[in-house]
Amino acid sequence: MRFTTKSMLMALAGSTMLASSATAELSGDLKIFLDTSNPAPRATMEKMIADFGAEHPGLNIETTVIDREAYKTQIRNFLTADSPDVATWYAANRMGPYVNAGLFEDVSDLWAEPAIADNLASTKGAMTIDGKQWGVPYTYYQWGIYYRKDIYEELGLNEPANFDEMKSNCQAILDSGRKCYTIGTKFLWTAGGWFDYLNMRTHGFDFHMELANGGVKWTDDRVKQTFANWRELIDMGAFVDNHQNYSWQESLPFIVNGEAAAILKGNFAVAPLREAGLDDSKLDFYQFPEITPGIALAEDAPTDTFHIPANASNKEAAREFLRFVVSANVQTEINNGANLGQLPVNAGSAVDNDKFLNEGFTMLSENSPGGVAQFFDRDFPAEMAAEAMQGLQEFMVFPDNLDDILKRLDKVQERVYK
Amino acid sequence: MTDTPAEQSAAPRGWYKRNEIAVTPWLFLAPAILFFAFYVIWPIYQSIMISFYDWDGLGEARFIGMDNYVELMDDGAFEVSLWNNLKWLLFYLLAIPGGLFIALFLNQTVTGIRIYKSLFFFPFVLSQVVVGLVFSWFYLPNEGLLNGVLGLVGLGPVNVLGDPTLATYGIIAAGLWPQTAYCMILYLTGLNAVDPEQIEAGRLDNAKGWKMLWYIIIPQLKPATFIAFVVTIIGALRSFDLISIMTNGGPFGQTRVLSFYMFEKALSEYGFRMGYGAAIAVVLFLIMLVFITYFLWSMWKEEKAR
Repeated sequence: MRFTTKSMLMALAGSTMLASSATAELSGDLKIFLDTSNPAPRATMEKMIADFGAEHPGLNIETTVIDREAYKTQIRNFLTADSPDVATWYAANRMGPYVNAGLFEDVSDLWAEPAIADNLASTKGAMTIDGKQWGVPYTYYQWGIYYRKDIYEELGLNEPANFDEMKSNCQAILDSGRKCYTIGTKFLWTAGGWFDYLNMRTHGFDFHMELANGGVKWTDDRVKQTFANWRELIDMGAFVDNHQNYSWQESLPFIVNGEAAAILKGNFAVAPLREAGLDDSKLDFYQFPEITPGIALAEDAPTDTFHIPANASNKEAAREFLRFVVSANVQTEINNGANLGQLPVNAGSAVDNDKFLNEGFTMLSENSPGGVAQFFDRDFPAEMAAEAMQGLQEFMVFPDNLDDILKRLDKVQERVYK
Repeated sequence: MTDTPAEQSAAPRGWYKRNEIAVTPWLFLAPAILFFAFYVIWPIYQSIMISFYDWDGLGEARFIGMDNYVELMDDGAFEVSLWNNLKWLLFYLLAIPGGLFIALFLNQTVTGIRIYKSLFFFPFVLSQVVVGLVFSWFYLPNEGLLNGVLGLVGLGPVNVLGDPTLATYGIIAAGLWPQTAYCMILYLTGLNAVDPEQIEAGRLDNAKGWKMLWYIIIPQLKPATFIAFVVTIIGALRSFDLISIMTNGGPFGQTRVLSFYMFEKALSEYGFRMGYGAAIAVVLFLIMLVFITYFLWSMWKEEKAR
């Protein structure tokens, strides 16, 4: 569930050569199901699959693209009934239900091959359940605070290095008649990002994961400390009003129009913000600042993955496809700014020359000693995450309900982790 | 010479011929019965069975008896959904008087009345998704039309869909818009069938205004009222799409109804509890059963009275 700096550096230092295994010519059908339904990722994936097909002319490849949201419920059906040979999904706990039900193929053999073992070491933890690997990653991206550089400059503010500076910056922004952070919590998960960071900065990565694994009660004083820090921001009025009405997309106009100065979000927010007219002179990025001094910084970096369903019919070709996807060249290509615009998982790949990708890559490889989490709803079991995110939203609107919320979450926790 | 036609017809007839009168109705009913059993009765039975299991839809189902129902009793979110369902049932019925008054208003002959009628009917033709979107923009806390109008008369901004106490009423109001149009159409056709002689007779007895409406018109609209009641109750119990579009069950689950809660628990992105979802579905089914029984009973009474 995490990849450490050490393993990442080791991977970087490791071979950048791609050992493309010259296996026997593949034949038969290869059915690929994708959830990359947005136009740009879809084109990227289709191009990549066409390249793979060109290398294996004997293979009859059939690609099905399913709407990203619908995919999340359909995967349950097609994994059990009419399995494809390759399917996209998410790392960490999100693959738990399918691993436990025996629906994903164990691909530890792939991870034993040097080409993958040496170059993908940093994401191995996120793909591991019960000591085995159940798929390969194909992209990941950093989370952090994207802010309006021009507003910071106008007010004479710097990127904050700790919580006090974060709050004093915020006060200055509030005094100028703006909000500090925009957020849209209608679909709940955005609040999970704030909790991830506040909890990891207050108590560290290991505590956060202990909570995710049910080892700590929600009513624990340490968790309350995290919420107390959050409440300081809420009581200042740091977040936009009525955020429970907006989706994250609907919350973007606040930062575009300069009514809010920053947003805590994954790198996928950059594309729509740029499209809305914020160029690199107006938009910048900083790592979520330290809260408790001395706690090792840890980051959220959700990883998207490819898996082989256990009922797949052409597993040999599927394995070859997975090798192809994670190879250094393909990773460089599909993650560049013209395609997915995210970070490659292969240590031998080049990161595209983009301000935010470079900052994110440096942050994750050099300044994230605590570890790397996937994201609230991927690290916590689905049911716990659903209830908790609802509680987080309620807390953001009615901070006084906190005790009630935490008691409720304790009850859910007892049931989920039994 | 015994081989006469009369004797031939007296010979034993086939089984079907002998039982024709008794069997034929069942043959005609068979396709409907089969489909009804397969698509309605069997799924109901299955849902009830699943509600006794702990099942994530993928792995082994584990029999846990009434545990799902015991948990429901203690589930705050379920309680909220149940109350919201009741609110829907109660306030959605406003569509009936609303529809009646619009129908009475439009039941006149002026130039272009057909255009006015179609304009009033228009919302019913819209997809619920569109209605939901339009109303959620109407309710927007800063930019919305509602707050613009409230601002003109000096009332503070109100965030209808973001306020847990108001949100359900806000969605019901959105649902009333097309539902009122539906009831209006039912009453408009009903008004065509009102007997002019009875109105005449009422006039002679000096009935007018409210008395005319209450004692002469409404009793004659009884069939239309019954249908309006049926479709409105059904509409209230199926209020899923508006909630999904306008608030997605939020803020923090305060606008869920049973059908939405069932969907969330069993079939949504984070839902893995088929048994628990089925238990919610069974409760919803029991509530519907009350109304179904009432509808069937009143229709049966009607038939018998004929």
